[in-house]
Amino acid sequence: MLRYVIRRLLLLVPILLGLSILVFAWIRALPGGPAQALLGERATPETVAQIERQYGLDDPVYVQYWRYFKTTFVDRDLGTSINSRRAVSDELKERFPATIELAVGAMIFAMFFGVPLGYIAAKRYGGVVDQASLFISLLGVSIPIFFLAILLKYIFAIRLGLLPTVGRQSVLIDTPHPTNFYILDAIIAGNPEALWDCIKHLILPAIALGSIPLAIIARITRAATLDVQNEDYVRTARAKGLSPRAVDANHIFRNALLPIATIIGLQTGLLLSGAVLTETVFAWPGIGTWLVQAIDDRNYPVLQSGILFISLVFVLVNLAVDVSYAFINPRIRVS
Amino acid sequence: MVKGRKRWLLVAFAALALALGGCGGDDEGSSSSGGGGESGGTLVFAGAADPVVLDGALVSDGESIRAITQIFETLIGLKPGTTDLVPALATKWEVGPDAKTYTFTLRDGVKFTDGTDFNAEAVCANFDRWYNFKGPLQSSSASYYWQSFFGGYKKNESPDLSQSLYKSCEAKSPTTAVVTLTKPSASMLGALTQQAFSIASPKALKEFNADAGTVSEDTGFKPTGTFGTQHPVGTGPFKLESWKRGDKLVLVRNDDYWGEKAKLDKVIIRPIADNAARLQALQNDEIQGYDLVEPQDVPTIEGDDNLKIIERPAFNVAYVTINQKQKPMDKLEVRQAVAYGLDREAVVNNFYGGRGVVAKQMMPPEVMGYADDVTEYTYDPAKAKQLLQKAGLKLPVKIDFWYPTDVSRPYMPDPKRNFEAFAASLNKSGFKVTPHSAPWSPDYLGRVDEGTAGHLNLIGWTGDFADPDNFIGVFFQSFSPQFGFRNPELFNLLDKGEAEPDEAKREEIYKQANRLIMDFLPAVPYAHSKPALGFRADVDGYVASPTTNESFATVTMGG
Repeated sequence: MLRYVIRRLLLLVPILLGLSILVFAWIRALPGGPAQALLGERATPETVAQIERQYGLDDPVYVQYWRYFKTTFVDRDLGTSINSRRAVSDELKERFPATIELAVGAMIFAMFFGVPLGYIAAKRYGGVVDQASLFISLLGVSIPIFFLAILLKYIFAIRLGLLPTVGRQSVLIDTPHPTNFYILDAIIAGNPEALWDCIKHLILPAIALGSIPLAIIARITRAATLDVQNEDYVRTARAKGLSPRAVDANHIFRNALLPIATIIGLQTGLLLSGAVLTETVFAWPGIGTWLVQAIDDRNYPVLQSGILFISLVFVLVNLAVDVSYAFINPRIRVS
Repeated sequence: MVKGRKRWLLVAFAALALALGGCGGDDEGSSSSGGGGESGGTLVFAGAADPVVLDGALVSDGESIRAITQIFETLIGLKPGTTDLVPALATKWEVGPDAKTYTFTLRDGVKFTDGTDFNAEAVCANFDRWYNFKGPLQSSSASYYWQSFFGGYKKNESPDLSQSLYKSCEAKSPTTAVVTLTKPSASMLGALTQQAFSIASPKALKEFNADAGTVSEDTGFKPTGTFGTQHPVGTGPFKLESWKRGDKLVLVRNDDYWGEKAKLDKVIIRPIADNAARLQALQNDEIQGYDLVEPQDVPTIEGDDNLKIIERPAFNVAYVTINQKQKPMDKLEVRQAVAYGLDREAVVNNFYGGRGVVAKQMMPPEVMGYADDVTEYTYDPAKAKQLLQKAGLKLPVKIDFWYPTDVSRPYMPDPKRNFEAFAASLNKSGFKVTPHSAPWSPDYLGRVDEGTAGHLNLIGWTGDFADPDNFIGVFFQSFSPQFGFRNPELFNLLDKGEAEPDEAKREEIYKQANRLIMDFLPAVPYAHSKPALGFRADVDGYVASPTTNESFATVTMGG
């Protein structure tokens, strides 16, 4: 087990190296550069040349890559954002917790509703709940997030006045943010008003972002449960007189859990790499909006380090999913 | 059993609804408690992005300038809502006969918010700070406005920089500062209204290391001081309380302000990048105002009794570049044919949501030097064809016409629609348009600057300060690849205008230049637009400035 994990971790080295080259090349393949983006209409060929010289962008590409490689991997410095002039690592420290908070909220929503929905649909195969779950899944996957977001905001905020529409916390509430996980920060500050406010800010974005994972989780749960229900060992369990409840809990659900856990893990990895649309519509200061803005600005340091970072997160989450198999299903030995 | 579960669910839902409802009204939105007297309430305003740093000398983005305007003041101000110069930190100024010496009489008894005195020494310390910028601070990504007006620095570190227009600043007495230039420049007074030249506390600049930073080749300049992030100290009606990036910037009233004190207790500026999100936040009273309302959202705001639109006076020009490097645009008849072939009325009337006027020249009417008697070109396809034939060309004349995608500018809300209408009208006027497009930034802008965006392209300009030099001087005072022409008569005239100290004579020179431009046709101006701001209906006293230098000090809420 340990050897397996170590081997997987070692594999990260070539992955990261390859990624760094890909990202580096891709960014420079984009037309234009940061100078042009910074100055907009006001850019002249002279000012562009001057800024490129200042940022070393007029050096040969391999020199630039080596410099980037050295600062990132040797000096372990993620660079400075060209636009905000702040350390990329500082921005990451603020942005990533926002993304995690939103992703966790969305996954809780998706699991809380997706798993029971899929399970009941399978148990009542062909019935009303099953049909309804099909419909909800289809809707969840196909409705554009920005449309759902605007609709949710219109109903729950503007019409009913129950929930806020933007941000992570009301700007009128002041709490310190030692961790940048606002919910955690509110708990640390012992401020129930701030906590409730943060939760309220999280509800709509979490529902909007969780709609797709919910649909996928419901479908997978339904399919997995249906599969397992028809297995021989389930029939055997029933035949030997076990109560339906015991069969459901120990034989069906436990075995159906494996594909469900996989899909939950993969979806979490995806959500952690930033939800561009949701973050944009809810003015949620996470990784997604940060990177998209960086593309517009040709903000090379943010793009290079940011993409590398989320790739790393994605790979690590996948590893965690693989390892978790061993705990969910003792029959699997990952080594 | 099932019944019990259902009941439990019902109770849970009811509890949730109660909890949501119970806390819904009290923590969001305006907190205009008091409604007069001591407490002026808190205004939450949405910008499109975070400011970069709160140091006017080092930024050129609108969001930084919005916050800086509240904290700092310039020597010369603008009468709210206009481009007329009015006293600010200087009560009087005198221009020497050579347009090189400027004597400022300073306001007495003003203090910076750190308690130090505002005086001539402080003014000169600021000028000298800018003039002595070194290393990365000499980049136009930092001191853009200094460069665009004063050119270079004491020791230019880049061959691209020109000799500095600034020579020296002398504190003749605590209330008299004399700024001397190396060359005459009459647009200096207008330039000094920009926040880039606002006066900061010299003590704070030093104490909080405004100019300190690390430089690495890879990532450029990274400030290490805290002046621009935590301790921006000026003389303005507000001061910075706190700033958490991506979340909010909190300004509180400066109770020791020398002039009329701000009505609001606090202004919170928060970044909301998405247009739809800004509108919904305004509808939900999470913000009480925002800038850059999309033209299509204007009717929604106007139709809501709780909201209102405030119009910003036009201070921009949208135009069609004619690149004379691209034949046959070097022929005057062809450029005239373009001008007659563009249906500018149709574009402005149809695509500007009632917020545009047809432009007759390359600067807005508010700016000094605007001439009422320039040559006008109303849409006339027959005349355009005649002119092309007169130029000896076979119809249709093939031309490349570029427009940007993924962008909405105040002067050009929907470039593609402008382009389509123009292409159609040109095709009726003896041309055959080949369309080209590219994403706005940086691809499209790069092409326009380098002169590789076809015979014609759509572009525009928003002024930085109210001087003709900031419009036609920027476009046409010297050769630029964008327009691809050399016209010594025009270049000289604009040089002369920049150097003329006498206001009346200057105005005449720029009028003459505008007439010349509209005869020579290096470009065809077509629209000036009035950008819109959205507010809650109970917000009063916000006066939108053409140059976006607007103060929150006069704003009241809950009236």
